[in-house]
Order: sequence, then C-alpha cells, then structure tokens
Amino acid sequence: MNAPETKSVETSATKIACSDVHVFYADKEAIKGVDLDIKEKQVTALIGPSGCGKSTFLRCINRMNDMIDICRVTGNIEVDGQDIYAPEVNVVDLRADVGMVFQKPNPFPKSIFENVAYGPRIHGLASSKADMIEIVERSLKRAGLWEEVKDRLDQPGTGLSGGQQQRLCIARAIAVSPSVILMDEPCSALDPIATSIVEELIDELRQNYTIVIVTHSMQQAARVSQDTAFFHLGEIVETGATEEIFTNPKDPRTESYITGRIG
Amino acid sequence: MTDMSTPTKTSVDEARKKRTAKRYAAEKRFEYIGLAAVLSAALFLVILLWTIVGNALPALTYNYLKVPIELVSEKLTAENAATLDYRKIVRNGIYEVVPGVKGRKDRKKLRSLVSSGAAIELRTEVSENPQWIGTKQEIYLPLSDTADLYLKNLMGDVTRPESERKFSDIEIKWVDQLKEQGKIESRFNSIFFTHGASREPEMAGIWGAVVGSFLTLSVTLVLSVPVGVGAAIYLEEFAPKNKLTGFIEININNLAAVPSIVFGLLGLGFFLNGVHLGWFTLGGGFPRSAAITGGTVLALMTLPTVIIASRAAIKSVPPSIREAAMGIGASQVQATFHHVLPLAMPGILTGTIIGMAGALGETAPLLLIGMVAFIVDIPSGFTDPATVLPVQIFMWADFPEIGFQQKTAAAILILLCFLVAMNAIAVWLRNKFERRW
Repeated sequence: MNAPETKSVETSATKIACSDVHVFYADKEAIKGVDLDIKEKQVTALIGPSGCGKSTFLRCINRMNDMIDICRVTGNIEVDGQDIYAPEVNVVDLRADVGMVFQKPNPFPKSIFENVAYGPRIHGLASSKADMIEIVERSLKRAGLWEEVKDRLDQPGTGLSGGQQQRLCIARAIAVSPSVILMDEPCSALDPIATSIVEELIDELRQNYTIVIVTHSMQQAARVSQDTAFFHLGEIVETGATEEIFTNPKDPRTESYITGRIG
Repeated sequence: MTDMSTPTKTSVDEARKKRTAKRYAAEKRFEYIGLAAVLSAALFLVILLWTIVGNALPALTYNYLKVPIELVSEKLTAENAATLDYRKIVRNGIYEVVPGVKGRKDRKKLRSLVSSGAAIELRTEVSENPQWIGTKQEIYLPLSDTADLYLKNLMGDVTRPESERKFSDIEIKWVDQLKEQGKIESRFNSIFFTHGASREPEMAGIWGAVVGSFLTLSVTLVLSVPVGVGAAIYLEEFAPKNKLTGFIEININNLAAVPSIVFGLLGLGFFLNGVHLGWFTLGGGFPRSAAITGGTVLALMTLPTVIIASRAAIKSVPPSIREAAMGIGASQVQATFHHVLPLAMPGILTGTIIGMAGALGETAPLLLIGMVAFIVDIPSGFTDPATVLPVQIFMWADFPEIGFQQKTAAAILILLCFLVAMNAIAVWLRNKFERRW
C-alpha cells in the first residue's frame, strides 16, 4: 500500500498501514472494517469507550491475537510495507520488531537483568556476555530505570514497584530493538506519579520508536500523543491530529465521548 | 412522639442484639463443629499409629541364643563353607547349651527352641568369616518364633493347660533357665530388615518387598512422569481446543476414577498374555511377577493423576507471563519451557509425588499380574520376580502364625515411613522451586 520511498519524509512517513481490518471472535465481529495509517516516530493514541475494540485492534498489529483460537483477522495490515499476515512472515520476527507493553506490568519472575536479557538472548542479539550487559544497560537507561536498579540487577523484577515494573517491561521490549512499541493501557495500574514518569518516558521514546498507545484517559491521550483515533463499537469514528480531535472534533460522537457524555 | 420513639428504638436495638447474638452463636457452633471434626480425626490417627507402632515394636527386636559352635569337622573346609549343611553342627551346639536332655522327643523339643533357619544363618556367617573354620565360636542364633513370642509375653496365657498351648512346660523351663543364665539376648532384628519372604515368621524379612517396591516405583516414575507431563503440556499449551481434545480430556478424567484392579486386568490381558489377532499377537511377553510389569501397570494407573495435576499447575500460571514472553518474540515452545514450566514445576512435582505415593500403596492391580507370589529371593533386577510392600503386608496379614502379626504391623510402619518420606520430599522440592520467586 505504501511504497518504501514515502519513508523519506521524516516524521509524517506511514509506518503501519491498516485497511479494512475485521476481527471476529467466533461469530462476533469485534472490529468492523478499520482503516488507519500510523505515522513513524510519533505517538498514536487509540481512545474509545470500553469494549470498542481498541485493544483488540492493537493486538492485531503484532499478531498477539494468534494466541486466541477463536479469533480471526481479515483485511490488510502492513508494517514498513510488508503485509504481516502474509504466509511468509515469521511471527517471532514480527514481534521482535513490534514490541508490546501490557496493561498490567508483567515482569518475568526472574532477576531484573534476566528480564531484559531474555529477549536479546532468544533472538541471539548479543555475541558475548559484555555485549549482553551493554544491551541491558542501554535498554534500562532508555526506559529511565537504570539509576534506580543498577545496584540490584540480580534481584527479582517482581520486587519492584508497579511503575518500576512497567518501565522494566518497556526496557524488556526495547532490548530486542523493535521499531514499533504497542502499549495497551500501560498506566492503568499505576498511581499518578508513576503514570507521569511513564508518560514522560513515552514522550522521549518517540524519538526512536513508533508508538501506538491504547488509553482510557483522555488527558493522557492529549498529553502524550500526536495523532488520535477514536474507536466506537468496533469502528473508527474519527482520526487525525490529537490537537484537532480534542479541540475541534468533527463527529458528534467524538465530541460526546471527549466531553464525557458517552463512555 | 418522643414517648413513642423511645420504646420503638429500644425494641429495634433489642431485635438487632438478638440477631447479632444469633449470628455469633452460629459462628461459635460452626467453630466447635470444625474443632470436633479435627480432634476426632486426630484421635483416630493417634489410635491408628498407637496400634501399629505398639504391634510393630516387638518385631524390631528378636531373641537370640548364644550357642557354642564347634566348627571343627573333616567335612568343613573353606571351599564348601557356603554349601555345607550346618544342621548337625547347630544341633550339637544346642545339646551343649542345655546338657543332660535324654529321649528322642525331648531332644527334638530342645532342638526346636532354635529356629529351623538357624543353620542357614550360620552358613552365611561362617562363609563370611572363613577364619572361624577349625575353631569353636560362640554364635548368637535366632530362637524359634514360639520361644521368641513367649519371651516377649505375646503367647497369651501361659497358665492354661499344657495341651492348649504351643509351648510346653519343659520348653518354658528351658527358656527361663537360659534367660537367667544370660544365654538369651534380645537384639536388633536384622533378619527382618535384610531377608526376603519366608514361611517361618522368624526368617521372614521385608527387604525383598522394599527392593521390589523401589524397582517397581522406579519403572513407574520413569514412564509416567515424562509421558504425563508431556501430555499435560501438549493439551494445555499446544493442542487446539476442539471436540477431539475435549473428548480426550473427559476420558483422562474418567481414567483417573477407574478402579485400580481394572488396570491390573489390562496388565494381565495386554502385557502378560497379549491380544491375539489371528497369527499376530499385540503386546504380551512381559515377565510375570516382575517389577517392570508391575511398574508399567502402575504407570498407566498413575498417568491420569499426573496429567490432571500437571494441567492444573500449568493452567494456574498467569497468562500474562505467556503474553510477556510471546510479546518479545519468544516462540510457543520457548515461552512454555522457559517461563510456564518453571512456574508450574512445584504443582507438577506435588501431583507427581501424590501419584507415586498412590502407586506405592497399590495392591490390587499387582495381584493380577502375579506379584502376590511367594518370593524368597531378593530381586536383583527389573525382570526378576518381585513383590512390593503393600502386597507383602497383604500376604503376611493372611498367615495364621502369631509371629506374622508383628511382621505385618512392622511392614505397615515401614510403608508409612516411606510415604511420609515421599511427602517430605514433595514439600521440600516445592519450597525449593518456589524460592525462585
């Protein structure tokens, strides 16, 4: 759909192009024909009321829905011009390129170091132990966690606070050098202080990664994202620049949601 | 209004107080019922252990007679020390301990004070100590079971008329006399812990059954754990959820409820006899009464338990762990073996050991494949005829001799010790694996 040459236009290049995406859970249609272009090195927020399919859509982008037996995806999703549902696509490689951070922090019950090192290890990214240590340090630094944990890398990741755990999960996702990071309500289990730290981090990460974030919080979408897509009942009602959507929504449903009348 | 509201308020208060008191009473009642249940269970446990330990303790010691044994004979050489018949030597030794006994009948009675297995015991000792040959040694030989029971006060009433007793007046006299002389000594019953089965209570030991149980359970463990855990992993993590897997799941649950004797029939029909399909025989060829056959049958019996426990353990691993692993590009196998399985390990181990403990206590299926046979030799391999602890208990409980009553209790005690040890290992392993956070 998008020719690679369009990537040369810096920030506005399309990283992920979705057209006519349908998702079915058994017979129930959860996503009803979504078209969405996600721009490179920007934060795109997916907002909408509960059950509108925004998380389901997010999980299509790195094919996490494959794990659900009854789930069926049709339509076209391209990352860097490659159809990710094409038979030749290796889902393991795809997920290394399109990382994911989940709603609830889910560090492995292993040490902090192991949490970050696991991804690079299974993908063979580190050629030596020193290499691995460097990758772990770099990832933790990028996730803004290094200063807090550098003296206790051998301690369990599950012993960290909720906000730290979520940043550890972000570091874990970064460690396999993805180009896209999907975030499924990353702050919903965090307190306001931890939330603001993660939000700052997301803003920093946008320099290097394309980020798609699902959020329930309108304020968060307004704070961290450049583009916003408003989902309602499995369809995209409106999409555009965040500022535009929040100040001048075109669709009355968007306006009602943003002002708190539906949701 | 105020006159009205005051009585109303107190009556409301009273009603509430009543309700509260009722609720607390119900709570207390429930607490007492629970406490009573726990206490009665504990009481029965104490009674059980008390009876078993009380019955088993006499079997742990045995009375031995110090007999001077003349190992000087032209027939006895270092070469034939292990094959010679020592009965005559033992006989002469006994006559020397109690001198002056005349008459064939009395002499026979005197000889029977010492176990009929004493000559075999002596042979073992002499062949282990060839330097004794050509000397005279004081050797402790096991008494007969009746003499031992008399000394342990387990004969019942000895004041009954002689004709109603197994132990005659003259025997009582000899034993009392020897005891006074210090020639009878109560020692640790090593025969019980080193010998296999025997018709003579004093010569019967538990070691054959212990070895048999060990060999059988080894086979069970090696077969049921890899297959059971593998099946659980496949069904839980890889198999599609469809009608076929649903059908398999129902059948595994059904198999767990199948009476164990049915598995014995399967062992008999398939492993021992084989299924004859015209010129072709499916299965069959397994050795009868052997640990490998028993272990295989018990493995089949244990498999459903292992599968169900392992599946429950795998299912209880939070899906977020799988998602986390898959989310950074781990394959399904990597996610399962690196993350899910280590977290499920404590549960899998617990289930496995419970299954193994069940197999250790199992009798019925083994009866059908011939492990109930009377086996004197200690099994030395998986294909040797063997018996196991619960079957040994079952057989001894069936023997009429009083001497076997204590053997039975002692064997039960040993079986219980094994079970407790296995459970302790289960707890230890679980804690060890759980400490990995």
